[in-house]
Amino acid sequence: MELFFQYMVAGITYGAIYSIVAIGFNIIYNTTGIINFAQGEFVMLGGMIAVTLNNFMPLPSAILATVLITMIIGALIEMIFIRWLVNPSVLRMIIITIGISIIIREAALHIWDEKVRALPYFTGTEVTSILFFGAHISPQVLWVIGICSVVVVLLNLFFNFTMRGRQMRACASNRNSARLCGINAKNMVTLSFVLSAGIGALAGCVISPITYVHYDSGAPLAIKGFTVAIFGGLGNSMAAVVAGLILGILESFSI
Amino acid sequence: MRVAKLFVLAVFLMIALTVAPAAAKDTIKVGAILGVTGPASFLGAPEAKTLEMLVDDINKKGGVKGKKIELIIKDSSASPEKAISFAKQLIEEDKVFAIIGPSTSGETMKIKNIAEEGKTILLSCAAAEVIVNPVAKYVFKTPQKDSDAVIKIFQQMKKMGITKIGVLSSNTGFGKAGKEQIEKLAPEHGITILVNEVYDKAASDLTAEVTKLKAGNVQALLNWSIEPAQSIVIKNARQIGLDVPIFQSHGFGNIQYVQAAGAAAEGVIFPAGRLLVVDELSKKDPQEAVLAKYKKDYETKFKEDASTFGGHAYDALMILVKAIENAGADKEKVRDAIENMKGFVGTGGVFNFSPEDHNGLDINSFEMLTVKNGKFSVLKK
Repeated sequence: MELFFQYMVAGITYGAIYSIVAIGFNIIYNTTGIINFAQGEFVMLGGMIAVTLNNFMPLPSAILATVLITMIIGALIEMIFIRWLVNPSVLRMIIITIGISIIIREAALHIWDEKVRALPYFTGTEVTSILFFGAHISPQVLWVIGICSVVVVLLNLFFNFTMRGRQMRACASNRNSARLCGINAKNMVTLSFVLSAGIGALAGCVISPITYVHYDSGAPLAIKGFTVAIFGGLGNSMAAVVAGLILGILESFSI
Repeated sequence: MRVAKLFVLAVFLMIALTVAPAAAKDTIKVGAILGVTGPASFLGAPEAKTLEMLVDDINKKGGVKGKKIELIIKDSSASPEKAISFAKQLIEEDKVFAIIGPSTSGETMKIKNIAEEGKTILLSCAAAEVIVNPVAKYVFKTPQKDSDAVIKIFQQMKKMGITKIGVLSSNTGFGKAGKEQIEKLAPEHGITILVNEVYDKAASDLTAEVTKLKAGNVQALLNWSIEPAQSIVIKNARQIGLDVPIFQSHGFGNIQYVQAAGAAAEGVIFPAGRLLVVDELSKKDPQEAVLAKYKKDYETKFKEDASTFGGHAYDALMILVKAIENAGADKEKVRDAIENMKGFVGTGGVFNFSPEDHNGLDINSFEMLTVKNGKFSVLKK
């Protein structure tokens, strides 16, 4: 029974990591209908920038600054590569995001190096664990689950109950009609990149003590996150979390 | 007019073509295929830095037998596909004298035949015994054999009274080769493998794998990989309260892995060359002088800790240089010189090559190390 919970906890850890990455995919899909394959790179950038900033400032402000910086990078990427496209097809935008992911990865290799980094554990150390029904769980996992839940709730409130959120969803379901209603579709797309870059960076910060981060760590996370986003039905953050947990638990029990 | 222009161009080309090889005659081209970036960058990056440092140094002193060394480093990012095309490029286009690398066993096995067919000396920096067993005429390797590492670990387990172990390995060439050796050698040493799991090299968390080990009531954990996963595995094991001794392969010999695992790395036991504990060696140790010099040079130049992996590249280049000094710049003669080299003191140990042994190191080149207060230290028996 103890072991059952231990496997469960392992599965939830995997699941929480996958879901928080999957949510980033969903936001951009929600406004533009495209899959942003550079999402994993936002996660990687988040981790890398936070580790660097943490050398100069305490952890909370480093994370906050990281999220802001990555949001700006997200906005710049959208403005440089996507915004000026006239009537782009979905396929073309997807291919552009794949290109962006390669550029970010190579840039990260040159800015930093090939070494593996990690933020310190938010609470405790590498060996700290909390006993939970006979299973040991690292406090960092609770941080990941906690932040994941807060992000999902906030996103749901944002998309369903605020004007901006509704405008973003309108753009996804019918871009032309949304524009006829006076919504600035281009700004909405930029906003979605900013949001998903921010969430990706936050994810990169909280998961980095567990998974480590290096210039190449974005892609494997993005593949799992993408799988989960599809499994949960693209665009639905709540379902993405459930799908992430199912995949994580399946993986853990299949070992 | 046009014909004249073409003619002039053709003449220039011919001159260029004949002049270039003439200039190259005064240098010895050494190719290197290393995983400078990518999953094996822990190995490839220090190897590349070491080679650059040594070649600069040798050329400043006038080169080998009056010829400068021209180093061509190719970054394979630990991808066998890239290693294959680089090997072909180095042999067929650059016509290199010898190739150092690749960093990983998987890549080396893929280009073993290419080097053999191209009659080009290959000095691999990878660990698996299969690289030199069976022996290939032109293929040598400098790191210690993985079979010796396994035996060394099993001997230590016996001393500690451990007989039932759990084995984890990654799905890379290094992991697979190590797993085979462990499975092959365990019965001879009275070790039973209760749990045997393979994980993906890009794994981000291994709690489920170590849970299975905990469920199997193993007396020790033996992990075989060269990726960051080897830090993750010890962290997860300690987090779930698996407090058995943890053994790692000689792939653990980079202090970055210890730093990445933090407090969880304390007490990890692994076999490695003596470079990591050079401060603890006695002055009488034959390797002491070589190790201390390499460590000091590397650390002053690059401001980072020297690792055994950079040492493998050091050994590869220095063995080649020594052979050229002895036999002159002739591929076949140099190959014979390496094969018959005895008592070469390198960072990995004292090399004694023979036609049957293209590695030249025995089990005594390993020392059992442990992690104490975040540093490598000789394991007190």
